[in-house]
Amino acid sequence: MSDGSADEPTARSRPDPATIAVRDVSLSFGDLRVLEDVSLTVSPGEFVGLVGPNGAGKTTLLRSISGAFEPSSGTIEIGGTDVHDVSSRASSRFVAVVPQDTSLSFSFPVRDVVEMGRHPHRSRFSSPTVDDRDAVERALERTRTTDLADRPIDEVSGGQRQRVVLARAVAQATPVLLLDEPTASLDINHQIETLELVRELVDDGRTVVAAIHDLDLAARYCDRLVLLADGTVHSDGPPQSVLTRETIAETFEANAAVTPNPVTGTPTVTALSDRTPFAGADSEIGSGRADGGDRFAAFPVHVIGSGTAAAGVLERLERAGVDVSVGPVPAGGVAEEAARRLEVDYLAVEPFEPISSDVRAAVDARIRNADVTVVVGSALPAVGPDDLESLESASSLVVVEPESGGSRTDENGASDRLGGGWGERARKTPMDGLLEAIDAELE
Amino acid sequence: MMRPARTLSWTAGLLVVLAVVTVVSAALGPVRIDPVTVAKAILNAVVIPTEIVTGNARAVPLVDRHVPVPGLGYAPVFGFDVPDTHQTIVSGIRLPRIVLAAVVGFALAAAGTVMQGFFRNPLADPSIIGVSSGAAAGAVAAIAFPALVPFGSLHLSAFAGALVTAFLVYAIATEGGRTPVATLLLAGVAIQAFLGAMISYMLVHSGDDLRQAVIWMMGHLHNSTWGDVQFALPVALIGVLVLFTYARDLNVLLLGEEDAHHLGVDVERTKLLLLALSSLVTAAGVAVAGVIGFVGLVVPHIMRLIVGPDHRILLPTSALAGASFLVATDTLARAGPAEVPVGIVTAALGAPFFLFLLVRREVHSV
Repeated sequence: MSDGSADEPTARSRPDPATIAVRDVSLSFGDLRVLEDVSLTVSPGEFVGLVGPNGAGKTTLLRSISGAFEPSSGTIEIGGTDVHDVSSRASSRFVAVVPQDTSLSFSFPVRDVVEMGRHPHRSRFSSPTVDDRDAVERALERTRTTDLADRPIDEVSGGQRQRVVLARAVAQATPVLLLDEPTASLDINHQIETLELVRELVDDGRTVVAAIHDLDLAARYCDRLVLLADGTVHSDGPPQSVLTRETIAETFEANAAVTPNPVTGTPTVTALSDRTPFAGADSEIGSGRADGGDRFAAFPVHVIGSGTAAAGVLERLERAGVDVSVGPVPAGGVAEEAARRLEVDYLAVEPFEPISSDVRAAVDARIRNADVTVVVGSALPAVGPDDLESLESASSLVVVEPESGGSRTDENGASDRLGGGWGERARKTPMDGLLEAIDAELE
Repeated sequence: MMRPARTLSWTAGLLVVLAVVTVVSAALGPVRIDPVTVAKAILNAVVIPTEIVTGNARAVPLVDRHVPVPGLGYAPVFGFDVPDTHQTIVSGIRLPRIVLAAVVGFALAAAGTVMQGFFRNPLADPSIIGVSSGAAAGAVAAIAFPALVPFGSLHLSAFAGALVTAFLVYAIATEGGRTPVATLLLAGVAIQAFLGAMISYMLVHSGDDLRQAVIWMMGHLHNSTWGDVQFALPVALIGVLVLFTYARDLNVLLLGEEDAHHLGVDVERTKLLLLALSSLVTAAGVAVAGVIGFVGLVVPHIMRLIVGPDHRILLPTSALAGASFLVATDTLARAGPAEVPVGIVTAALGAPFFLFLLVRREVHSV
């Protein structure tokens, strides 16, 4: 800023060199639009994770920030300098990149590879200065690669190689560090090791942006996540607000359960089967039931039924965050498999065998204690008349009717055969209306 | 880490090897001269500029009748007592050829090293982007159709052919300011094939000049003069010195172009410069000696096995080893009862040795 400039620019002054400002960036490869109006600001000392499905534009965004790709429109500034306006030498002094894979098929010693990180700081004609040597040795120590320093790079393991490339970036001594899938292809111990190291670098004041496809790791180590989908920023914020069942369903087109990790407390994403036994199941996700899970969570539900219909009910209830038990289910059947996968409490019985009194007692207890008992229409073949009697003690009943015109053999109009008093007070619902029916029954 | 001491000791060692090979080579021939006399005669031929003179006032052994920089006077440094016939044989006949062999070997091995690193391809050598074919086309045109070539000199015609071809390949492969290495390679192959056709056509119609043209294309150092040395030496030396200042950039480029960009290398500019310089250096060598194969391919591989991939040491050592290699092979080429073009010897020795390295799995991609 010149002396004569107005007060305002002086007040704003030059941003911290470790600030990244991406403004309305769009980028196309030919006809393929990869990034569309992406805006993103990263503050100094922040660790931002770029997450999103394959092809969402994570790597492209990173490469745009590094200056390797020039956006078709929009600007990218680091520390107030447009990275595409300056030479590669200048930009490599404020941003370092750890690529997803570095071609290291030649046998440079590890130390030489790390020394290449000093390239932007060195003049063409001088030998390395004391600063250069110090930076290299410190980077080796920092990344615990000192022991490898004299080994050829093509003879170290994948995890070690990743650390060496990280050491190169550390030696580059830039305020901003970009990492493209730093943990891809690493064993879990090396994943943690690498990210711990990155975390240390962030705590030293570096700004880090990393594309990470492992959502759990991203949630655990990043201060903030930016979820990209189809080349746009879908959501941006702290991990627990970005990684929700709904955002994952929308961007990854996957059913997933998001639960706090019992050890670290950060969000953990468990992808669930895509199998949706009934049409319309997808539409329920994220369509106004966003907070449904919490409302249900306190009300245990017991499910009686078997086959794909029961599995579908379980999956729906789990997705909605309902604490659910199921039984009896035939051992080895679809319902049992779903229960096990979803980690739902279940009571399995040998198929076509009489139900033992122990199991019956357990089923009775669960029905009595449940706020709502859901009878899946196809339950009858698996449940004997005695079970149906114990349903009289259920506090509230919902019967899921088979879809009209359904051709499955296990959905042949069970509710008509439901007799007795409980059959009359039960609320009957098609599969799509299950959550509403439970909701209504609870009120 | 850069180990300047290691580079220096290797360079010094290879200079000693070159000196020994030179003396041995100069001692061999129809007239046997003992090595001590040869060494004295060689030292007698060393001159330094001493005074500013007007015109070609002084004739000196090294530059014979031509004083390269008019106005500069040269004087011999040493004054050993050597019989006149021996002095003439060594400094007038054998030494120009030996020095030229050294210069050409130096140039081709250095350019080969750069090309292998640049293309990250073990098969790359200076001819890969058509430099040698261009030189051959220029030379054959000058031999077979002297009337078509505006400048009478064979050297200049070959030199120009080489540079024009390199530029053409580069221009064809460049799009939107980027020159993908793979495109460059393919363009080089295509242009080489086309020039091969042109050369064959000219050979068919070259009549009595066929033999001369074929011998040129095999690569030879017969009848070398100090004039050839004056033509090739400055270009090769300066070119390789400038390339040497880019050794570190070349190392970083081995990581891939995107990584190199992130490490501060101006990739496209550096590629252009490396290509231009190595083409220039190759052109200088090929123009005076014809197409000598395998020096630029085999020598860098061997040196990479010995000193490692770091171009800061690989480039100077390859260049010096290439110099010694070509002096030695040219000595073999002229030692037999009938002289053969040196290109035949380099290929006959180089190819089996390369295969040996290949079978031993010593040669892999860079």
